[in-house]
Amino acid sequence: MQAQTLSGGFADPAIASAAAFRQVMEAMARPGTIHRVTGAAPPAPLSPATGAVLLTLCDPDTPVHLAGALECDAVRAWVAFHTGAPVVGPSHCMFAVGAWTDLTPLSAYQVGSPQYPDRSATLIVQAGRLEQTGATLSGPGIKETHALSLPEIEAFQQNAGHFPLGLDFIFTNGDRVAALPRTTIVTQKGTV
Amino acid sequence: MSDYNFAYLDEQTKRMIRRAILKGLAIPGYQVPFASREMPMPYGWGTGGVQVSAAVMTPQDRFKVIDQGADDTTNAVSIRTFFERTAGVATTTKTSEASVIQTRHRIPEEPLSEGQILVYQVPIPEPLRFLEPRESETRKMHSLAEYGLMHVKLYEDISRHGHIATSYDYPVKVEGRYVMDPSPIPKFDNPKLGDMAAIQLFGAGREQRIYALPPYTQVVSLDFEDHPFEASKPDHPCAMCGAENSYLDEVITDDAGRRMFVCSDTDFCEARQVAGHTGTMNGKDAA
Repeated sequence: MQAQTLSGGFADPAIASAAAFRQVMEAMARPGTIHRVTGAAPPAPLSPATGAVLLTLCDPDTPVHLAGALECDAVRAWVAFHTGAPVVGPSHCMFAVGAWTDLTPLSAYQVGSPQYPDRSATLIVQAGRLEQTGATLSGPGIKETHALSLPEIEAFQQNAGHFPLGLDFIFTNGDRVAALPRTTIVTQKGTV
Repeated sequence: MSDYNFAYLDEQTKRMIRRAILKGLAIPGYQVPFASREMPMPYGWGTGGVQVSAAVMTPQDRFKVIDQGADDTTNAVSIRTFFERTAGVATTTKTSEASVIQTRHRIPEEPLSEGQILVYQVPIPEPLRFLEPRESETRKMHSLAEYGLMHVKLYEDISRHGHIATSYDYPVKVEGRYVMDPSPIPKFDNPKLGDMAAIQLFGAGREQRIYALPPYTQVVSLDFEDHPFEASKPDHPCAMCGAENSYLDEVITDDAGRRMFVCSDTDFCEARQVAGHTGTMNGKDAA
């Protein structure tokens, strides 16, 4: 188990995290597009993409919340060794990681303050599937509309309604990521 | 190159900047505070832009730097060399070939495409700063979307000059919410800010702010119904390439008052000249 804790980080941290960040940034700038992030091999149930996002964005400055099945020794030890991020509850985290059902209710997370809306949590959702079908997305970063398989719709509509406050989401599946910032308008397919 | 970490900054600094960039993209036009670092160049020489470029750069990138549109000025040359040395990236002066473009005070004439990133160097990120010096107050004004003061400033322009005399650093409203300082680009460039295919990132080093515009974001220059925004430029064609629709620099050519107007975007101008376009003072026909 200790070998598993120490392995699985980026082979070349500066280069690999630069590459991973570019993919995550493209995903956040163009909501609904799916990008590949590689180079991390975290212990299950973390997906490679989730691992790469954590390695790219988290460090001792970013409290992380591990939700549901991720709240286990293997994940805790891996996150602690590779990022140094403190593991905290949902109300104090900057990043929360887990399956959608384990991360809800969203009211538990910080959404920022009117003067500092950036002080809000980013949720890394390990999705069972990630396809460019399903809910219709529009807003900044999207020329006309994009489609993305979201776990539900209403929660994201409510989140967007709080703009400029709100949560931002990164969805991961295998080695793929997509993102949904608070600005994106989510509608049921066919209702635009 | 092995003497530095990739792209000069340490990894923890890059992570901090990267988190700020993501929040900036999620809240278009909002200025995200970040812990700006000392860079090996003075404030005012693009330390904010350099830090943002360092945080987004990968070894596969092709990097271009422009200063007032020009690839060959001191600021552009030194920043380009900085990243050649510290990141080992390829550089170019051709707008279409670059994947990351750092700019001071211009947007390239050639439309940018998806996959490109435009990084602006910003001196004063707060559009309300010259109207209200207290950060605590401007922050409150942004949180309440209280932008009346900005319209008063533009109105004072009209009452004094008969038209909106602000010609650069012209304030814009992003997605109907945040008023944003587009950095001191000429207002000629303002219409290019909105609906751009590329990602636009803004870095202010001394003022410690990062903000961003995702692609295809709605950006509106502030104006009045009876004094609509107008993207102005000198009313001349370029003397070197004859372009009628590019932003021009005025160049004094002697002490008898003679002058010429040339494209500020050197890559655009050179590409046109290579393609056979010529202006009135291009040497070939000046003799």
